[in-house]
Amino acid sequence: MIAGKDLSLRLGEKPVLRQVSLTVEAGCFYGIIGPNGGGKSTLLRLLSGVLAPDSGSVQIEGREATDYPRKELARKLAALPQEGVDAPGFTVREVLLMGRYPYQGWFGTEENDPTPLLEQVMERLALHELADREIDALSGGERQRVALGKTMLQEPRILLLDEPTTFLDIGHQVELMDYIREWQSASAQPLTVVAVLHDLNLAAQYCDRLLLLNQGIAEGEGTPQELLEADRIERVYGTRPLVLPHPVSGVPQLLLSSRHASSTP
Amino acid sequence: MRKAWIYGGGFGLLLVVSMIICLSIGSARVPLGEVWGILLHRIPGIGPHLAGEPDPAYAVIVTDVRLPRVILAMLVGASLAVAGAGFQAVLRNPLADPYTLGVASGASAGAAFAILSGMRLAFGMWSIPASAFVMGLLTLLLVYTLAGRSTRKSMETLILAGVIVQAFFGAFVSLMVSMSRGVINEIVFWLMGSVALRGWEYSRLLAPLLLVVLVVLVGYSRQLNLFAMGERHAAHMGANVHRTKLIVLGASTLLTAGAVSVAGTIGFVGLVVPHLIRLLAGPDNRLLIPVTALAGASYVLWADTAARLALANQEIPLGVVTALLGTPFFAYLLLKRKRASGG
Repeated sequence: MIAGKDLSLRLGEKPVLRQVSLTVEAGCFYGIIGPNGGGKSTLLRLLSGVLAPDSGSVQIEGREATDYPRKELARKLAALPQEGVDAPGFTVREVLLMGRYPYQGWFGTEENDPTPLLEQVMERLALHELADREIDALSGGERQRVALGKTMLQEPRILLLDEPTTFLDIGHQVELMDYIREWQSASAQPLTVVAVLHDLNLAAQYCDRLLLLNQGIAEGEGTPQELLEADRIERVYGTRPLVLPHPVSGVPQLLLSSRHASSTP
Repeated sequence: MRKAWIYGGGFGLLLVVSMIICLSIGSARVPLGEVWGILLHRIPGIGPHLAGEPDPAYAVIVTDVRLPRVILAMLVGASLAVAGAGFQAVLRNPLADPYTLGVASGASAGAAFAILSGMRLAFGMWSIPASAFVMGLLTLLLVYTLAGRSTRKSMETLILAGVIVQAFFGAFVSLMVSMSRGVINEIVFWLMGSVALRGWEYSRLLAPLLLVVLVVLVGYSRQLNLFAMGERHAAHMGANVHRTKLIVLGASTLLTAGAVSVAGTIGFVGLVVPHLIRLLAGPDNRLLIPVTALAGASYVLWADTAARLALANQEIPLGVVTALLGTPFFAYLLLKRKRASGG
């Protein structure tokens, strides 16, 4: 469970977030959407505890985020930043094992051998043949997979994703989101996912609930069906889409239309 | 783990062999076997049982004339190389080193001030490294502020800021030297970097600093590995980013100040050595930092031996030798980066 209460933040003179609250139940796949500059990534950074709000508070598993020592927080919460991992010269296996850092003592040893977990993660993400390759030699999609694997080894209860699909083609986008979904359903303890997503169709496909942020203010919260209405999208994004149910899953999907396109059917 | 034995053992052996060879060669040649015997004989306690009484003439040359210089060269080399590895890891910048960041120049301004103002007489031998450390830290702060937020893109900006600060402190030191009387020759020679004619007390000053900083940096090496992914990643993975940064930058500056206080500015050691070790042994700081210490010691030892012997009747300043070796390397790294980024 992760919750933010009345979160406000200014960067310089500009208010980035104004009184935003959200509660994400354990095991939920929660999406944060909204136009550029709406404060999505900032909200995620506040939730992750690396950035402190001007006012308001973040609760992680019933405890203030600021009360956690860094290592303990990293055992509860992992984050996947937008840009993927880049650790020049390190091999995939080395990067994955860095995910175990919050469990290691001063001499880099752990109570339990992480090898079975490492094997399991490499199996699940098909990373075996990449294990000894250097991370800088991988493609964007492969790197993002390694980054996800690293967070899996961290064994968090909460996973934060900041536009994880930005630099990926559609094939890799779906692949990555599916990996996360599968991880969520396979884990013994409920895994909570909070994702900033740019792509509204992707958000509707994967998220249980959505929060719409515009200019630092929460414009609405609810299931994709409740939230993704043409009127609301037009008000916030300034363009009126066609909202249709997905032919297979039934979730709302958006079709964009140019202002210059002919409106006659 | 096996890698650690291979590289640790390999570079350890290289260092011992280098030390014996460098003690043997010089204006009067001492046979290698004699050097080995003299060194064994000097081991406290069990030494006399391991080797017979050495030839006294050779013993004087090796232990009184050459050994202090050789040990100091090794300590300075290890210190500068380790400081370089520390700066590079925490700043995520392969071009960073005590010299290119300007920290060495700042520290030498502090040390020159301490020497010329007579602080040494007033506060004892630690006043020079202390003054160098304070100035080194201030320099780092200045360079950091000038460069702004150091993201990956602004790597060259950081080095440029280092060059600016270095130019300023260079002029400042020259000013101090030109205003002083009497000690000019000593100062100028020291500024060019040298480990010649230094007694044991210089090694006694640098050795504990090296040991402490080495332990600290190895202790933080796993956190530094996380830094390789960027500070935000590192924070998410449980690293204490601000504390680690502060401690590692402080420790590396301290070591730089120590090396500069005893030997002047010897440039590019911290650039060349960690880079070569990274090529050989990989980027893992747990291995990189200790192996860099061993390799840095060998590197400066050989550079100093070259400085001693390259010209028949005269010594070349050690700083000149390392700069002649280091600047082409620096240029090569810069070109390689440009090519990699498609520029």
